[in-house]
Amino acid sequence: MESFFSRYRNALVLITVLVAQVIGLAVQVRRPDPNAPDKGGVRVIRSWVVGIVTPPEMLLHATGRGIRGAWMNYIDLIHVRKQDKELKEELDRLRLEEDSLAEDARQGQRLQALLGFREKYVYRTIAAQVIGTSGTEQSQVLLIDKGSQDGIKPDMPVITPDGIVGKTRDVFRHTSQVLEISDVTSGAGVILEKTRIRGVLRGDTWGQPEIVNVSPDERIQRGEAVLTSGGDAIYPRGLAVGTVERVIPQPEGTLVNVRVRPAANLSRLEEVLVISSTGAEMPSEMQQDLSDAEQKASDVLAEKLPSRADPNAPTDEQQDKPPAGNDADVLPPVKPPQALHPDHYTPSDTPPATDLVPGQRITNAQSAADGNESAPRPTRPQPGPAANTPTTKPAVTPAGPKPKPPATQAAPKPADQSPSPANGTPSTPPPTIPPQGGA
Amino acid sequence: MVLLASSRHEVGAKSFPVLVYILVPLLALGLQSLLSLHLNRFDLIDLPLLITIYYAITQREPVSATLVGAVIGIAQDGLTHNALGIFGISKAVIGYSAASVGVRVDTENHGARLLLTFGFTLAQTVVLWLLQRHMLGQQYAWHGVHEVIRAVANALVGVVLFALLDQTRRTEY
Repeated sequence: MESFFSRYRNALVLITVLVAQVIGLAVQVRRPDPNAPDKGGVRVIRSWVVGIVTPPEMLLHATGRGIRGAWMNYIDLIHVRKQDKELKEELDRLRLEEDSLAEDARQGQRLQALLGFREKYVYRTIAAQVIGTSGTEQSQVLLIDKGSQDGIKPDMPVITPDGIVGKTRDVFRHTSQVLEISDVTSGAGVILEKTRIRGVLRGDTWGQPEIVNVSPDERIQRGEAVLTSGGDAIYPRGLAVGTVERVIPQPEGTLVNVRVRPAANLSRLEEVLVISSTGAEMPSEMQQDLSDAEQKASDVLAEKLPSRADPNAPTDEQQDKPPAGNDADVLPPVKPPQALHPDHYTPSDTPPATDLVPGQRITNAQSAADGNESAPRPTRPQPGPAANTPTTKPAVTPAGPKPKPPATQAAPKPADQSPSPANGTPSTPPPTIPPQGGA
Repeated sequence: MVLLASSRHEVGAKSFPVLVYILVPLLALGLQSLLSLHLNRFDLIDLPLLITIYYAITQREPVSATLVGAVIGIAQDGLTHNALGIFGISKAVIGYSAASVGVRVDTENHGARLLLTFGFTLAQTVVLWLLQRHMLGQQYAWHGVHEVIRAVANALVGVVLFALLDQTRRTEY
């Protein structure tokens, strides 16, 4: 027996080590959610490894960053004045753009409220330095220098100003693992900006993110922006993800995968932001920024449009001054400006309502009598002289039997215009209407 | 058979200071993690694998090589989000195999080191593929040309790295 163990000692050790690790693998794989953060002994081992490896990494990273920062500061000083001018101009332009976008944003919020959507605003972010990676192609994982002590928890979204990076996975005391969107086991709800096609983004085996299992659609074009949809309950809606690179048909089945070029440069990450708090209400800082942007945008607009403050323009002080004797609290009525080419719709060209008769047509003569005929106006061709005749005059009755007056003429008239028959012969014959249809 | 060990001098085991046993694997893990961040495609190189191979072919002791490979592999698993044991199993197998081969091959020869590293890099890829694809049911990218490029790159880096590590050892007869 002893000779058996001594003879096959090497092989037995190898088998023992392999069996022990296979059992450990089986225990880890049997978890309900393999993508969830580790617990128990696995977490302890990871914590030890990360705790041993990361301090030298942080030291090396800080040293290199310090040297590079000192050099870059010197380089930056050379062009700082020119950049300052360019940045100021860009800031003015952005303020104007922000002003116009602010109204769109508010309108969008109102519409979303009507539709019952819940927008998530980023309340708080934690800036972190990327200090390492997993070092293998099989695991697209980053290490950052912030951990649970800094308020980071698992499944927090990690972004850069360019776009999303991934989410936190295992969080240790001073460091955290970030699972990138390019990993096979990652998943993010995304939506195509123009076509509004939704899907799940994950990495392929080569570390390229792609939207999987999408129905073929000819509208999906290269370069279309991809945004987070908010459907995964991790990433806030509307964050940039990347752009469509190409559509890849699946070998089997009728669905396609959409290869996405990440907006964030995942291979050159140095600093990231961990979103630690989101909410449904717009943060007060953002509201203040919007109102400030509107105010500053109007100032910028006034500076860029000098005609709006033309010193040679006539003053309207006399018009704006309230009439004497009026109560100071009562605002004077606003008078519309004089029309250059008055027409029927010009307020001052219309006779008062007391002078109008039902059915009467307003003519140029009337307008001229009101003293408002300052310019020639186009006249509509009239059918005959009777058209210009005031309807108060009786029409000439053609020869033939006198028709009965219509019922409308039996209506009582004002005393000064149509005296009653009881008073004798009327001075003015009642108006008659020519018979319809000829003799 | 130039590459075969032909004398007692060639098969003499080498030992290292204790600090080297501890610091070199940790340095390999740290550099692997750090350089992959700053150097594009550095993840083709597997420094922990090179260290495992080097210890195995210089110690020529399968038991210790198996244990060293398992520990380095599990530590490498700790930096990933994969289950602990994937790299542990593969590097334990590589350590055992390299130590077994190291008894029969002149490991001082750079050509032998080049070929051994090339072969063991491919062997590790096969073990990882078997583990992840067939045992765990996970996706694993297998592309022949890519794996050959990876093996060549590791072999070239390995020759240089092994020469550097030779400076830290002391020979025992």
